Amino acid sequence: MFTCNTLVVDLIFKALADPTRRSILDELSKHDGQTLFELCQRLLFEHKVESSRQAISQHLDVLEAADLIRIKRQGRYKFHFINTEPLKTIQQRWSHKERS
Amino acid sequence: MRIYITSVPISDYDNAVEFYTGKLGFVKKRDIEMGHAMRFITLVSPEDPDGPELLLEPNAEHRGIKALREALAEDGIPITSFAVKDLDAEYKRLSGLGVLFTQKPMRQGGWYSAVLDDTNGNLIELAEVPSA
Repeated sequence: MFTCNTLVVDLIFKALADPTRRSILDELSKHDGQTLFELCQRLLFEHKVESSRQAISQHLDVLEAADLIRIKRQGRYKFHFINTEPLKTIQQRWSHKERS
Repeated sequence: MRIYITSVPISDYDNAVEFYTGKLGFVKKRDIEMGHAMRFITLVSPEDPDGPELLLEPNAEHRGIKALREALAEDGIPITSFAVKDLDAEYKRLSGLGVLFTQKPMRQGGWYSAVLDDTNGNLIELAEVPSA
């Protein structure tokens, strides 16, 4: 849904402004539905992100606040999924108008 | 000095023995009645019967262990790790037995590993371990 809500848009840009958070989205778009443990290993070996699990957890909170990731609980476990829906807001805002 | 034992927290001996012997394939080495319904049960790998023993530690209800296990589960962190020769084969075999994996086999930095739920409240990593 298109929205011009400034606060929501701010959260999206804030979330995307950090390279580690973009790497998290890269990893989830390759392998959706990861635990924090799996995600930290992939970030370490594929992106040389050496942040602590606690730091990654905080990055995930920022991404979740922007609705760029969604968390699904399965029993005692938490799996992280990418949600690209908010990116449409950005794309639609500056979409190129075809000239006839 | 050598490492001879490691432990996993459990709350139910029978359920733990069922999983670790019936599903994972370890064998019982010691089963000693300790009184007050306490037992000292250790398991070993049939591939290494004189190797390190796995103690089934009935401390899952201890408040410290409870907090630890909740936090580990939420973040998907295994409490210990077992070596396997062929992870793909084990993943297929155990999935077929209904074992839940929170991490499918993943190759990272020379390690090939997966994480499973032991149905006793713990996550366990299985890994093809590269020689050091």
